[in-house]
Amino acid sequence: MKAINARRISQVFFLTLFLWFCAVSVMGTRWWELRGWPVNWFLELDPLIGIATLLSTGKVYAGLAWGLVTLTLTVVLGRVFCGWICPFGALHQFIGYLSRRKARLSEKLWDNLYRPAQNIKYYILIYLLTLAVAALAVRLFTLPRSSPLISGVAAIGVLLVLAVTRTGTASPRTWATGIIVAGFLWVLVSFVFRTDGSPAASLQIGLLDPIALMHRSINLIVLPLLDATHLNLSAARRLYEGSWLIGAVFVAALLLNLFIPRFYCRFICPLGALLGVFSRHALWRIGKRSTDCPDCELCQKNCEGACSPTDDIRLAECVMCLNCIDDCRHGLMTYRRQPSATGEIVSPDLTRRGLVTTLISGAVTVPVLGIGAATGTNWNPKLVRPPGSLDEAEFLSRCIKCGQCMRICPTNVLHPAGLEGGLEGLWTPKLNFRIGTSGCQHTCIACGNICPTAAIRPMTLDERTGRNQYTAAGPIKIGTAFVDRGRCLPWAMGRPCIVCQENCPVSPKAITTREVFEPVGDAKRLPVKFAGPAYVEFETDLLAPDRFATGDYYCRTNGDTGLKKFKIVRNSARFVEIDPSRPFDPTPPPGSRVDILIRLQQPYVNPGRCIGCGICEHECPVLGLRAIRVTADNESRNREHSLLLQR
Amino acid sequence: MMRSESGTRSLQRRQFLVRLAKAAGTILAAGGITLFFHDREGPRPGRQKQSDLRLPDFSVQPAGPRMAVARGADRSVTLRRAIKAVGGIERFVKPGDRVLLKVNAAFASPPLLSATTHPDVVSELSQLCLKAGAEAVWVSDNPINDPQSCFALTGIAQAARSSGAKVMVPQAHHFQTYTLPNGRLIKNWPLLYAPLKRIDKVIGVAPVKDHHRSGASMVMKNWYGLLGGRRNIFHQDIHNIIKELAMMVRPTLVVLDGTRTMMTNGPTGGALSDLKSTDTMIVGTDQVAVDAYGATLLGKTAGELTFIAKAEAEGLGTSDWRSLNPPMI
Repeated sequence: MKAINARRISQVFFLTLFLWFCAVSVMGTRWWELRGWPVNWFLELDPLIGIATLLSTGKVYAGLAWGLVTLTLTVVLGRVFCGWICPFGALHQFIGYLSRRKARLSEKLWDNLYRPAQNIKYYILIYLLTLAVAALAVRLFTLPRSSPLISGVAAIGVLLVLAVTRTGTASPRTWATGIIVAGFLWVLVSFVFRTDGSPAASLQIGLLDPIALMHRSINLIVLPLLDATHLNLSAARRLYEGSWLIGAVFVAALLLNLFIPRFYCRFICPLGALLGVFSRHALWRIGKRSTDCPDCELCQKNCEGACSPTDDIRLAECVMCLNCIDDCRHGLMTYRRQPSATGEIVSPDLTRRGLVTTLISGAVTVPVLGIGAATGTNWNPKLVRPPGSLDEAEFLSRCIKCGQCMRICPTNVLHPAGLEGGLEGLWTPKLNFRIGTSGCQHTCIACGNICPTAAIRPMTLDERTGRNQYTAAGPIKIGTAFVDRGRCLPWAMGRPCIVCQENCPVSPKAITTREVFEPVGDAKRLPVKFAGPAYVEFETDLLAPDRFATGDYYCRTNGDTGLKKFKIVRNSARFVEIDPSRPFDPTPPPGSRVDILIRLQQPYVNPGRCIGCGICEHECPVLGLRAIRVTADNESRNREHSLLLQR
Repeated sequence: MMRSESGTRSLQRRQFLVRLAKAAGTILAAGGITLFFHDREGPRPGRQKQSDLRLPDFSVQPAGPRMAVARGADRSVTLRRAIKAVGGIERFVKPGDRVLLKVNAAFASPPLLSATTHPDVVSELSQLCLKAGAEAVWVSDNPINDPQSCFALTGIAQAARSSGAKVMVPQAHHFQTYTLPNGRLIKNWPLLYAPLKRIDKVIGVAPVKDHHRSGASMVMKNWYGLLGGRRNIFHQDIHNIIKELAMMVRPTLVVLDGTRTMMTNGPTGGALSDLKSTDTMIVGTDQVAVDAYGATLLGKTAGELTFIAKAEAEGLGTSDWRSLNPPMI
């Protein structure tokens, strides 16, 4: 079999596997629905996610260690991940192929020409990693003040290493001066930096990481589109707030292939850039067997990476598509241990100016975002995070915006945030209680257990619901429901309701009611013509028949200021009958007045019990702006947001 | 020809071996880092580190009367007399002592409105302490309004500086997590600790004010200004928090200024009509008794103020100030 056919099979296999993992991330009982499928495997294989979260959190979380496999593959064989495994890459390659089937050779050669702009992706990578490393960098800068001992040892260590290994032309005096100046600056900087401001950690790698982008797009755009068919791939038909932007990015990334094939891979992809850097020592590499080349340039015809195999091959750009080997009619192109006979370029062309600009932009971005205080005092109470979410700054240093939680959520209550949490919170999960089949089910822990980076911690049911060993800690609260008394039917409209109270899943309920009897506006002070023990006839005949027979209406005889109420069982235009088992006492005399009352139960939220699941908000019949709404107040993840004094 | 080809080959072999070494190094380093930083469990819910911060007992052995009351409209005069009556400042401040005046600087309002500790009291007290040989006198509080404005507009900063005391306007890094031993409310709570650090004596200095939630704001309530964080949630249990604050600080001396008592619209006041001249300065070592006396200036009894009974039950002092036989000057 030809090598490129093996590659094609591999691409189809991994793309299919990827789509399969997206499709099966469904809570359900059908055989294919989540049964321990390793649905995060592609995200875990992505070493960019592992490295970026390592920088932002100091940890490599669970499955992210898989990134080591990809790194090893790349170090040994080159960017095979890009050409053989990456599902996003396969998609680009396929679209590029479709759009160029009838292109002339000269067009293809132009398409696959190496362009210096391909270096942009390295700057993107450096920029995003700089954002991720911001918190760590602040800790490093302030080390001489926070722990002088460690920084002193580190400084002496560096001195010793330099003393032992000193090379080059600099005199001992020069480097000694350099070290002393650097150390002095370090100490100075440590006293300039403040660590008590808003925490500076933001992981934005997920915006452009191809696997996160692909997961987000498939989960939140493609699968919901399929839900409109009879495929029934989701637990219920999926809707996602603000999905247009995610869709626009995805479609734009795909359409750019019409302009230049694998546009995203060549110019944007930060993962490709990372793997490009790691491929520099690849043991086997693409290249020419000898310099004896007629320069027909056919090797460039289908070159996916635009790595200029014709000239000095740029190894960091090569995605190992192997098309050049297939296209070379002279048997010159090969994959072997020796470098290309016509020469090779292993490093991207980064300029010092470009690097410094990128680093400074990255270093400035996080503090600038911090000025908005979205993770601090200006936190947005409308941003309700899933149960088990870490405190906002920590959350943002882990969340890769992949949308796995939004896909697995059985009730479709999880949605990609817009700018509610600031720019840094774009596409991170939030709860929207108006969309979906219910609020956040309080016996569900799906999101925390699928989250590939533990931005939402994996929880047990006991922890979520505050049982057994978690009894003292109590249930996880994601917010608190607040009754809007101006919109609530029993509070403002004189209508019985309490749907919120009935649906409150907490036991004992977090919503209680107080009973009130309110006079019905158009049935007050009705003049009595005659009354028996269980009925009353009025002088007027204005009552709508059986309007008051619902069981919620009562009579109050004149002068009786609310102490005794008699339940109405039937009424006509002129007559009202009450429950005969509890007759009038005394019977209202002719000429007296009777009020008709409605019995209302007005809801109250007990903030000590409310967990913020939002089932009440979802069920509230005041559909526009719900009359009971959940905000993040009192959420467990941040003590500063607590509403109640803990005793 | 043959020779040069074999030379190239050996060069290539060497290059390959170098690459092999670098590749192996990269993989080993990546593997080592992954292994070292690997985290199978994920972050656990933050178990709060118990704070082991302790506040020392700042009180001195009682030798004279535990409380004195001086009458008069001139704060400097009444303060001097009252302190003399409880044994003189020398009894409380020893040469070389570092003294903290915990004032009430809660609001950015002028001294005329008596919502805050009067600058005359601050300057007289600072001078007395310095004359007694104090090495340094610090003035601090964590106000409710903007801190800089509070210290400036109340006249406290000016009074302190001109009499040789130093002002510490609180900043984020001045706070440390504190847990009150045997406390139920003050647990792992940010405490304005920087001004208390390396301090030998603490003097609480507060005006007598109406307070809508607790009934009165006097010397015990004044310690609220040592708390940071979202301290306003303690209003859900105001009397117990005042009791715990009194448990937290064992002061050297407390000064309660009842020269102009805020009778209504407390604790902010805002109009001269909220004030009443009561011409009283109370000084003592028993903060419960001092507050109990202060209640009478508000036309209340100690029994009406739940926090006084709670503090007394905790053994922090007596609400029966008469039993202390305070000199009335």
